[in-house]
Amino acid sequence: MRVFSSKNSNQSVQMSSWRDALPVIFGIAYVLIVFLLLRNLSRADLWFPTYSSILFSLFVFSPFIIFALKIPLELRIVLIAIIGLVLMPILGMQDSFYLELITQIAIFAAMAIGLNIVVGFAGLLNLGYVAFFAVGAYLWGIFTSNANTIVRVTGAQAAPELFWLFIFIGMILAAFTGILLGFPVLRLRGDYLAIVTLGFGEIIRILVSNLSNISSNRRNPINITNGAQGLPGIVSPPLPDFAFQLVESLTNGLGLPVNNPRAFTYQLFYYGLVLVVCAIVALLAARLDNSPIGRAWTAIREDEVAAQAMGVPIVKMKLLAFALGASFAGAMGVIWSARNTFVSPESFSFIQSIFILAIVIVGGMGSIRGAILGAAIVTLLNLLVLKNFSLQINALRNIDWVVPIIDFPIRNWPQQLEPARYERFVFGLLLILMMIFRPSGILPAKRRQMELQREEEISEQEIAADAATLKPEDLLGAQPQQAKEKP
Amino acid sequence: MPLLEAQGVLKRFGGLIAVHKVDYYIEPHTINAIIGPNGAGKTTFFNLMTGIYTPDEGRIIFDGKDITGLKPNQINRAGIARTFQNIRLFGAMTVIENCLVGMHRRLHVDLAQTMLRLPAFGRQEREAQRRVEELLEFVGLRDKANEVAKNLPYGDQRRLEIARALASDPKLLLLDEPTAGMNPQETIAAMQLFRAVRDEFGITVLLIEHDMRVVMGISERITVLDYGQKIAEGTPDEVRRNPRVIEAYLGRGSATSQN
Repeated sequence: MRVFSSKNSNQSVQMSSWRDALPVIFGIAYVLIVFLLLRNLSRADLWFPTYSSILFSLFVFSPFIIFALKIPLELRIVLIAIIGLVLMPILGMQDSFYLELITQIAIFAAMAIGLNIVVGFAGLLNLGYVAFFAVGAYLWGIFTSNANTIVRVTGAQAAPELFWLFIFIGMILAAFTGILLGFPVLRLRGDYLAIVTLGFGEIIRILVSNLSNISSNRRNPINITNGAQGLPGIVSPPLPDFAFQLVESLTNGLGLPVNNPRAFTYQLFYYGLVLVVCAIVALLAARLDNSPIGRAWTAIREDEVAAQAMGVPIVKMKLLAFALGASFAGAMGVIWSARNTFVSPESFSFIQSIFILAIVIVGGMGSIRGAILGAAIVTLLNLLVLKNFSLQINALRNIDWVVPIIDFPIRNWPQQLEPARYERFVFGLLLILMMIFRPSGILPAKRRQMELQREEEISEQEIAADAATLKPEDLLGAQPQQAKEKP
Repeated sequence: MPLLEAQGVLKRFGGLIAVHKVDYYIEPHTINAIIGPNGAGKTTFFNLMTGIYTPDEGRIIFDGKDITGLKPNQINRAGIARTFQNIRLFGAMTVIENCLVGMHRRLHVDLAQTMLRLPAFGRQEREAQRRVEELLEFVGLRDKANEVAKNLPYGDQRRLEIARALASDPKLLLLDEPTAGMNPQETIAAMQLFRAVRDEFGITVLLIEHDMRVVMGISERITVLDYGQKIAEGTPDEVRRNPRVIEAYLGRGSATSQN
């Protein structure tokens, strides 16, 4: 339409381009204001916990807001890239906790996308998803930890350079585990499937806490996982020297020197790595969704009998969903264990599976954007908002602050009512509210609309015909026409 | 040679014999009907032919191949497509997507190709979409191609189920009560559609139907089941005059009193 409008009159062109620019200006202004406010926060400020929770949450949502703007896709990608590659690292230099948070969000987002394939696309409720994450994490952990495992004793440890290879091995191993789980549960549906997958998640957790010969497992012959003590000293891949030099000169150049440039470089590295993995996973999931494979999964979810009668091999397709969903978690597990340097069975408890499932439900089942947004919301709530709320109350208690208007002295706030302890309560509440007000999630999955070939030709002809009779008033909206019709 | 041949097919559910040693055949390029009172075993017979149930005895041979005991998706691959008595569409998917699922057996599914979006993938998707559009044009749903299936009116849902079945390019199409719940105009349109399926696509049609106007109007050969047994077979005229059929439908005594 814009091509035609330029022929008509200068005024209309100005009007439309001004209107086009409005969302861009809004988007940039939003990001810049939030960014600058965050930059100017001082930890010494009494209200710092509150300000930083609000502002950083707003900052995390800025890519979603930009993505929702009605501007060309290229421009949106450029703006989001600026946020991710320029603004976020600067904030990280100022306070590395922000970088930790974003990394955590991306890890959960990638896992939620993986779980979304199984739960959202194929409709197979999986309550043991964290098991696949554990498979990846323990794979890298066992091969590089400094604990006295069989691998270390026999000298079969993996060199840190093999990290990249192990991401793929982790994917394959997790996919294999997924198929292993898939076979016995193929005949089950709904609640029964959920219970078996829940059990499977527990099996993996108990397996890793018992595959050792220490403490309660003294009678076992070999130590594979170091039991409940977990695996410490897991290594990161080596980075080239110039990366450290570059980061150090960048931080000094920007006037934001960091305490430990080496550690900060690794933080930046993992931040970049999980973002890339998350982007790849999102792209693959979107491509799968919009393909014969994805359609077969949705068909199985909608009506298994009809899908099979239409020629969909359901055994193969379900196993494929389990394997692919698991492989995403496996890859993230390898990365997470390297970043965390320590894994223990406690990291893979049932509540973690529920946490990832909650992300999928909050975001919207079967929706990839929803999984990313859900990961942001749930992680921010868990790691930032509730914790900062507690910090804020403590800070106010220290100065004997009194809530204005209702004259409530904050020191009377009971110690037991610490918000950070109520995360499960808050999640429960969030899920209940979601079920009432938005049962299909914040960003529900939409069915793709396909362009029909002949209709496309027709609509092109119509546009051409419209353009021939187009008047400048038409571009200004319907109002002038209505005014004409009135008399 | 018949397209489909059932030899002594028997299916038990506990003590009940739902289908009792039925011999049956379908000639290619014909329209056939199975009729019978409620509970006569018609749908069970359909489910045996499409692999949802496995016969306890007997064999089913389709297109020269023994398909007894194959899974539904394998039987679909062999060339039998079906619709369901109570419509079973993929409710959350669009009309086009429903048909694309129906086309699944004809698509080359390759994980690497899908994830890397190789040119062959795009070509196949475009070709599949083009063929589905033609099919939707044929059943008259083209202008609703992007609507979600569960939002379609009843008659359109029935037609979509037929389009979805046709998408797998079957040799034999099984329709389970395809005009149930339709008004007279819709029924006439549906009958024209069934004839067109046979005449334009060369697909053999077998339908279960209660509406006698449809059965008598379009079928070339009618088979009557009662209590799981085949009691009559023949042209509409032959079946209409068969005393055992009249007895099954109207009760003992009706046949004799008519003569």
